[in-house]
Amino acid sequence: MRLIVPLQGVVQGRGGLILGSLIPCALFYFLQFYLKRHRSPPPASSPSSSNLPELARTSSRSNLTGRGSMGQARVSSRASSIAKPNDSPYYIGLDRASEDAYDELENPNGVIQLGLSENRLSLDLIEQWLSRNLNASILGGGGLSIRGIATYQATGDGLWELKVAMAGFMSQIMGRAVSFNPSQLVLTSGATPAIEILCFCLADPGNAFLIPTPYYPGFDRDVRWRTGVELIPVHCRSSDNFILSITALDQAYNQARKRGQKVRGILLSNPSNPVGSILTRETLYDLLDFARDKNIHIVSDEIFAGSIYGGDDFVSMAEILDSEDVDRNRVHIVYGLSKDLSLPGFRVGAIYSWNEHVLTASKRLTRFCSISAPTQRLLIPMLSDTRFTQEYIETNRKRIQSMYDLFVAGLEQLGITCAKSSGGLYCWADMRELMRPYNEKGELELWDKLLNIAKINVTPGSACHCIEPGWFRCCFTTLSKKHIPLVIERIRKVVETCKPPS
Amino acid sequence: MAIEIEQPRVGLSKIAVSKTHGEDSPYFAGWKAYDENPYEEFGNPSGVIQMGLAENQVSFDMLEDYLEQHSEEASWGKKASGFRENALFQDYHGLQFFRKAMASFMEQIRGGRAKFNPDRVVITAGATAANELLTFILADPGDALLVPTPYYPGFDRDLRWRTGVNIVPIHCDSSNNFQVTPQALEAAYKSAESMNIKVRGVLITNPSNPLGVTIHRSTLEHILDFVTLKNIHLVSDEIYSGSVFSPTEFTSVAEILQWRNYKDCERVHIVYSLSKDLGLPGFRVGTIYSYNDQVVTTARRMSSFTLISSQTQQLLGLMLSDEKFTGNYITKNRDRLRNRYEKMISGLRNAGVECLEGNAGLFCWVNLSPLLESQTRESELAVWDLILHRVKLNISPGSSCHCSEPGWFRVCFANMSEKTLEVALKRIQIFMEERKIKSD
Repeated sequence: MRLIVPLQGVVQGRGGLILGSLIPCALFYFLQFYLKRHRSPPPASSPSSSNLPELARTSSRSNLTGRGSMGQARVSSRASSIAKPNDSPYYIGLDRASEDAYDELENPNGVIQLGLSENRLSLDLIEQWLSRNLNASILGGGGLSIRGIATYQATGDGLWELKVAMAGFMSQIMGRAVSFNPSQLVLTSGATPAIEILCFCLADPGNAFLIPTPYYPGFDRDVRWRTGVELIPVHCRSSDNFILSITALDQAYNQARKRGQKVRGILLSNPSNPVGSILTRETLYDLLDFARDKNIHIVSDEIFAGSIYGGDDFVSMAEILDSEDVDRNRVHIVYGLSKDLSLPGFRVGAIYSWNEHVLTASKRLTRFCSISAPTQRLLIPMLSDTRFTQEYIETNRKRIQSMYDLFVAGLEQLGITCAKSSGGLYCWADMRELMRPYNEKGELELWDKLLNIAKINVTPGSACHCIEPGWFRCCFTTLSKKHIPLVIERIRKVVETCKPPS
Repeated sequence: MAIEIEQPRVGLSKIAVSKTHGEDSPYFAGWKAYDENPYEEFGNPSGVIQMGLAENQVSFDMLEDYLEQHSEEASWGKKASGFRENALFQDYHGLQFFRKAMASFMEQIRGGRAKFNPDRVVITAGATAANELLTFILADPGDALLVPTPYYPGFDRDLRWRTGVNIVPIHCDSSNNFQVTPQALEAAYKSAESMNIKVRGVLITNPSNPLGVTIHRSTLEHILDFVTLKNIHLVSDEIYSGSVFSPTEFTSVAEILQWRNYKDCERVHIVYSLSKDLGLPGFRVGTIYSYNDQVVTTARRMSSFTLISSQTQQLLGLMLSDEKFTGNYITKNRDRLRNRYEKMISGLRNAGVECLEGNAGLFCWVNLSPLLESQTRESELAVWDLILHRVKLNISPGSSCHCSEPGWFRVCFANMSEKTLEVALKRIQIFMEERKIKSD
């Protein structure tokens, strides 16, 4: 009514001419403003347009950097979320350690890398085998014949001979307690694509996997990036030595359901990365029962199965299924040669599953991630040489054990204890007493001190989604024994600055 | 008898059960028939001859000779660090000297008419992975890429399966030798718009699979202008760039960009691989070359899912750094492919079969429409079936390449010995003669 009056005024030429023209203008302006805020994104602008190029609405700060570096044509929202500089200490530390790498002669004050779970202790054994058997030829066995290895395989999921050799190797690694059927193996270029393939096969975008924390930082990328699948952390605590409790699993599952989030499976690493613990037979049975009850999958990443030290025996999920007669369709194992055989560069991973449909779909997906033919040719004789592999496995374990003993003892001298672990290439160090304040900020400050003062790169628990601040993963298999005193001395520097005032 | 209680089946994803893998198509069914009854010169002379596999087997000897003469390079050597460093190297940047070698090889193939910066080379385990990776980066689920037809059947799976991206065809036909026209480009774009689908880019294969021809420079320039106008991307799959019969007939989009002083280049990405030109599909060596910094960074990180074995990078890096070897290889390989092609079309012409005038690739685009009962897809598949089971040749029907005109077939000539090719041509001749007699 009030609105009409001034307009009437305009129409009738009475006072209120100004109001009469002002209000429609104001309305028009507000209408434009409203529309601008609520309309769908404009189509990609032409080069002459003064608008910023249309970019996906993400929180990525890279959207705001200059046009020149990005070009005009947009990238997908999937890409935008990845392209921003990674601010996880896990990646920052890895970069720093490689940019300013310690070298005994060239760079004695460089950063010592304890953040990369790589095994350098036993490569000499492989080198020896290579020179004895293949004359150190890069091309692998079969002489120099390109023709034999060059042609396309009808299925990209690995040569049969390699699957046979790999199945045998996996069985050896797991103490021959279980045998693996080569026809249930799908070979991939590393364990990274193996995990991703399983996520693509077992879950739709928006679905989730339950995952015990702390976990390997790479899972955030491998599981979630391109698949759109979520990870729901199931927190484990030092009071339980970070062992997964079925109660916590159940709680997390129920909470997810309440939120309307569909849980499709559990993702475990066993031996655990970063803690190094191995699951007991009983826990494995409990997990299987839980998965059956909820009708979900289990993905067991057993990539460190051969890197066992300490007294406990490793029990694979496969061993449990061997004795169970029913319902194997929900279990899938991931393995690879990057850790146990120290060949991360060669990109050799595997999916082992009892589910025909998963095997079929996975095999088709290996076209995006097959193992390179010369690498397959090289590995067939190596993995088939069971005398060599047995000797390698045993010697490697002893060497890991002795590094572990030395390293952990060294840390103890500084008053730093480690969680109980029996596998992996690292220890899970308790540095809670060195932190002030006792929270994530304190942890990152300590991490920073260790990186910049002690010049060692370790992985802080927060990068692994650990619920308790103060824990750090320290990989010791990239060192040689003589470096341990040096590392301990460097850590001592930081420990002294962190001691509470007496 | 105990009652069997069926356990609830544990569910799989939509991707796992989708048919987008495309393996139920004739393209793959033919392979099956070949696998079951493969031709062997002495062992199985009446078996199926595989002419559906675009592989290059004409130049292995050159690779083998190189390795024999350079066995030092082909080994990790006496020094311990060679193997150790190689085995531990898993950096997604790839070995620097390998990227340098790839860049220089790509330059040589283009006769030095385009320069490639090794820092823009991203490594992937094959071109298959490169194409999928680019699709993930350039488009969101539900978006589309425009692809000229006929196209490589694998694209249906590689570009769409896990990415959720659509392919909208740019229809080409024989009236102008299947070249892409401005009208066809515009029509495809409009068709996507009318379906409310956002077009994110155009993907071309140059030289074309299955046509076996290079794209004219003027067509490339038009496509480049088109994507610039629409502000979308251009992916140029140049996997057959080293398999062009004459060195002067191939124009890469890289050359045009260089000529234009790299204006608007950030929307262009080139895919390459050693599977065709070097005949090494099993090695899984692909690359993305992008002029866009953000795409390079993103593609590098995403290549974690599809890295090339460092062992392979080491070996091929050494081989491709040897410019004398690569120069000689490129020339000889071209000549041999051209000879094969000429043998093929002369054999076909003797049999009364016409094909598209080709100048590249490992195959001919053959016109068998006179054999069709009706100009329909069904008739084409009937002819394909006949040729597979009666003539015992596995060739690829145009419909599996989404060709809008029935009757065209892709026939490969480089994945067999010359003798086998002769046998295949003979079979075609006999078949065509029989049909002639029947119809007379």
